Amino acid sequence: MAKKEYAFYPGCSSQLKGSASNYLTSVNSMCDTLDIKMTPIPDWNCCGASVSYAGAGELSRHVMNARNFALSAEHLPGQDVVATCAACWLGAKETKEKLDANSVLMADTNEALKEAGLHYKGGTEVRHMVEVLIEDVGYEGIAQPVVKPLEGIKFAGYVGCQTNRPFGIAGESFENPMYLDKMVETVGGEALTKYEQKVSCCGGALAFSEPDKSQKQIKQIVESAYDQGADMIVTPCPLCQANVEVYQSEINRKQGTRFNMPVAYYSQLLAVAYGASAKQAGLDGHIIKPTKLQEIAVKVVAKK
Amino acid sequence: MNAPNELNLVALSRYGNDFLREVEERVEDGEWVKMCMQCGVCAGSCPFGPHWEHSPQKIFMMIRAGKRDEVLKSDSMWMCTSCYNCVVRCPRKLPITQIMHGLATYANRLGLAPKMQPTRQWSLLFWDNCTKTGRVNELKLTLGLYFKDGLVSGIKQAWAMRNIGLGLLLAKRLNPFELIKGHECKDKAGIHRMLKKAQEIEAKRLGLGER
Amino acid sequence: MAEMKTAAYVCGGCGLAERLNTAQLAKIAEREGKMNLVREHPFLCSDAGVATIRADIENEGVTHVALAACSRRAKTEAFDFPGVALSRANLREGVIWAQPATDAARETTQEMADDYVRMACAELKKMKVPAGNPQAAKNTRLMVVGGGVSGLTAAREAAQAGYEVLLIEKRGALGGWAAQLHRRVPEREPFAEPVDTGVAALIEAVTKDKRIQIMLNATLAKTSGAPGRFSASIATESGGTSIEEVGAIIQATGFTPYDASRLTEFSYGKSPNIVDQAGLERLAREAAAKGEAIRRPSDGAEVKKVVFVQCAGQRDDSGKHLPYCSGFCCATSIKQAMYFKDANHAVDTVVIYTDLRVPGAGEDFYRSGQKKGVTFTKGRVGAVEPNGSQAKVRFRDLILDEETTIEDADLVVLATGQVPNSGVNIDKPDAEDANGAKPISILNLSYRQGADLPQLKQGFSDSHFICFPYETRRTGIYTAGPVRRPMDIAQATEDATGAALKAIQAAENASLGRAAHPRSGDLSFPIVRLDGCTQCKRCTVECPFGAIDEDEKTYPQFNESRCRRCGTCMGACPVRVISFENYSVDTVGAQIKAVEIPDETEEKPRILILACENDAYPALDMAAMQRHTYSAYVRAIPVRCLGSVNTIWITDALNGGYDGVMLMGCKHGDDYQCHFVKGSELANVRMAKIGDTLKQLALENERVITHEVAITDMVRVGKLIDDYAATIEKIGLSPMKGFA
Repeated sequence: MAKKEYAFYPGCSSQLKGSASNYLTSVNSMCDTLDIKMTPIPDWNCCGASVSYAGAGELSRHVMNARNFALSAEHLPGQDVVATCAACWLGAKETKEKLDANSVLMADTNEALKEAGLHYKGGTEVRHMVEVLIEDVGYEGIAQPVVKPLEGIKFAGYVGCQTNRPFGIAGESFENPMYLDKMVETVGGEALTKYEQKVSCCGGALAFSEPDKSQKQIKQIVESAYDQGADMIVTPCPLCQANVEVYQSEINRKQGTRFNMPVAYYSQLLAVAYGASAKQAGLDGHIIKPTKLQEIAVKVVAKK
Repeated sequence: MNAPNELNLVALSRYGNDFLREVEERVEDGEWVKMCMQCGVCAGSCPFGPHWEHSPQKIFMMIRAGKRDEVLKSDSMWMCTSCYNCVVRCPRKLPITQIMHGLATYANRLGLAPKMQPTRQWSLLFWDNCTKTGRVNELKLTLGLYFKDGLVSGIKQAWAMRNIGLGLLLAKRLNPFELIKGHECKDKAGIHRMLKKAQEIEAKRLGLGER
Repeated sequence: MAEMKTAAYVCGGCGLAERLNTAQLAKIAEREGKMNLVREHPFLCSDAGVATIRADIENEGVTHVALAACSRRAKTEAFDFPGVALSRANLREGVIWAQPATDAARETTQEMADDYVRMACAELKKMKVPAGNPQAAKNTRLMVVGGGVSGLTAAREAAQAGYEVLLIEKRGALGGWAAQLHRRVPEREPFAEPVDTGVAALIEAVTKDKRIQIMLNATLAKTSGAPGRFSASIATESGGTSIEEVGAIIQATGFTPYDASRLTEFSYGKSPNIVDQAGLERLAREAAAKGEAIRRPSDGAEVKKVVFVQCAGQRDDSGKHLPYCSGFCCATSIKQAMYFKDANHAVDTVVIYTDLRVPGAGEDFYRSGQKKGVTFTKGRVGAVEPNGSQAKVRFRDLILDEETTIEDADLVVLATGQVPNSGVNIDKPDAEDANGAKPISILNLSYRQGADLPQLKQGFSDSHFICFPYETRRTGIYTAGPVRRPMDIAQATEDATGAALKAIQAAENASLGRAAHPRSGDLSFPIVRLDGCTQCKRCTVECPFGAIDEDEKTYPQFNESRCRRCGTCMGACPVRVISFENYSVDTVGAQIKAVEIPDETEEKPRILILACENDAYPALDMAAMQRHTYSAYVRAIPVRCLGSVNTIWITDALNGGYDGVMLMGCKHGDDYQCHFVKGSELANVRMAKIGDTLKQLALENERVITHEVAITDMVRVGKLIDDYAATIEKIGLSPMKGFA
């Protein structure tokens, strides 16, 4: 019997062969060790992310999220919905709060859901994976299964925007949240707490539609990590991971830099620290290889 | 929808010069616009700030001053990356991100948004893509973006990104088979019906077709 | 009075016995100080130590006590000996804490202590115990001038504290401006709606209060006397005067709105649709009385759009209008916009402002206005013109950075400011007030210095803004409300309460013959040897508080309870006939002469510091408390105020061979902190003229300097001293040594 059970909302990027498939892999490995059972919501749908507003309008976005809630309540009653993607979490949480507060909006939503044979009663809890780790497992719980502390690796904790604002994780400050740094330290790594670009925007979805503007932001994010002496950047958002990793070659080409900074997920750090193999931790899913993590992943350590 | 359309005429006849009221009644979270106290923190906090022709602070002032065309035809609000920095710092707690997206959506609906605004096109592409099957087809989405301005432009952009594409392919984060069939929801039909209904309900609530 | 018997006590506590040779100090007190009785004690402020002193007072008939211990500012409760003259040699803060605890410094440290003991003994012998004010009068009835919210509140609060009050009001009804408002800005949670003014209830409470006597249609024809014994001639409507005796006075005469017709670009007076805030209140009240909405004044048509112009004739740099902000007007405009919105949401209300200021809990009220749909536009209005039956408002939108016009305003409300009703400006009696009117006197004081309270800036009465905001420059007379500074009803209510407390304090202290502020409890007062007086009038003119009048022979006439005991008169008198019993030309002069001046071969300069007791002397104490050390060559004497420094002290010091004199006092100027208002400034002026004296003595200008020192200057003051010691070293020792 798993210690904790959640209704899993992976989001479009964290699917098999999706742009954040390695995130999914590492989450699975991490949850396995922590005895967390994540059951995907059957037939879950896309949330619309932050950028589909022009086509969607307001009600349609809420309806998309509510469909997931309704499905979750139906098939996984009593379980919190846990998202690994920052945008999915933010959008779903916003829907949850708006529907709880506005009965007209709730009624309209359900009228639309009826067409799909569903009904949302309200009250679904929407959590982000890191919230679950911090609040339900606790830092001590996170530390407990560590067999390979990530000693000697300096991490720039790039929290980004959407796990931090507007809701924030576990009551932390918007201007300087410390949770990612704490997680890094919990698994034995060195957290660069003075990383100035910690909560700067990478451009988000506009990395696609406004690449130059966005790459200007990304350049600062990576440069600042180098300035702090980072070995790699760690992040909780799949879009941040992709944006900050994937465009470094473009930035090098256009702006003459020589960036080669690996960007990893917090779940990969935990997975490796817990003894997962490189494959299990999704370390093979990178364009810029996180060599220091890979080195630790292949180390042999006596089993606990 | 890239030219002022019937909905726009209807709106004009209904609201006349009272743009503030129009925004209050029709734009997501528009009733907050009057609470702005013109402090400028939003403008200062925005990561894409310099790229906005009119900063969020100015947009609120323009709405109050009845500058309907200048606001709705502007590409300013399309610069919003949804970082929410303005929202957490606004002393009046205005949901600025939502208002900006709401203005953009409204401008698009009325056919006033700049036709070639890339984020506008991207936003529409994304919605089309994810509602087709209920889940995003990443490859089709990206290619749709590259080719939005035509075949030649598309080939150029795809070629420029070939190394990145290759890297992602090798990292198993890009699936070429998505060209044929990507991830899908089972109840596509249900999703389509439900979204159609949602659009109807919203249009009615906002009185979009009413004079 | 008992025969003087002096006793000196040398304390060894707090490190004094370790750092100093206390036996030597005791010997100095005995041989040089000529004390009748000298004792040493290891811990003087202990119960045992104090008991020793008390025993001597009781059993040995000691009448004068010198304590060689800590600063006079320390242990005042322990060393409280009523009826005994007390001098204190500051050996702790003044010597051992301000000097390095090294062997090399022992010699100069001891010299300092020796001198301070000499000084305390010399001072003591010149002191008398103050006998108290023979003219102390016991009237604790208060007079409140002005029956608006401020006056009503002051009267009511004083009455509730148990005091009799006379309230006079020049008009035929009470309530002032507040009574003419339709509603007021809320001062309670949730700060969202305009509320009842509460003035009717206040008027009723005051009218019913048995302790308050009300005189309407009454003005002051003449006011004379002093705290505890003011005499007011009140001119009444019927033509007669009645004489009333009171103990203290509160002036709550309020404001006159700035005359909007002076704002020619806003066309006030050219259309009934262009009003000021008072005008809007009138419209609101009239409409409410009829149970209708406010209509357009010119033709009674429906009002669809109202424009509020903020800062009309205020915050003006051109010099034509008021340069200040009146504080209440933004909240008032929001309130008035709400009058319209609450009646009909469709009415467009636009507030055009450059900055929106809502002091107090006004932010919630501002938000409430926004929620109701009041529009706030950041802009600067350039012109308002009638436009047929409407009005045009031209302004520069400051966010959109463009010139715009509102063509169709039905009503334009100008937020003009407050001009205080302060009476005549006694420094410029012919000056016009901000509205271009020649003021008439309000108090009609028969004081030699003038008929009304002195003003400081912009026509507001001088109320010692920085340190003591309820004070004025006339003892026993307090200002409350907008006559003191621009304010709203909530602030005026608080202000009036404070003024009532101060008035009560003044009257009660006067009845005991004591000063109230800042020398609380001081029983001394200036005593004049009239036969030596040359009638030069300097004391009369320079007294910051106008305490001195002139008798028919043109001699100065002192009014003790108007005096704040600062000693400016003593400092002014060229023939030195003014002194206090316990603070005189002699008490300080004796201290100056008691210091042993080494001859020039020893190369040890002596620098005299005259430090005012309010800021400078405490700064010296506090520097020492932080163990900031400074030159061992200084000898500091506390003075009540630099204004009390008589130039004879400087002359005596220079003649006696002192190498330099430092005067340290509070800040003067427009933002003065001088506790006696003018003292520091006067000292500065006098010292500027001392150049002649120095030339006569063939001495350098650097021999006398003056510094402004604040109580927070604990680090700076030591540096000032050391810098000055370096200057003295540069210019060399005084050539006057050895001539004394």
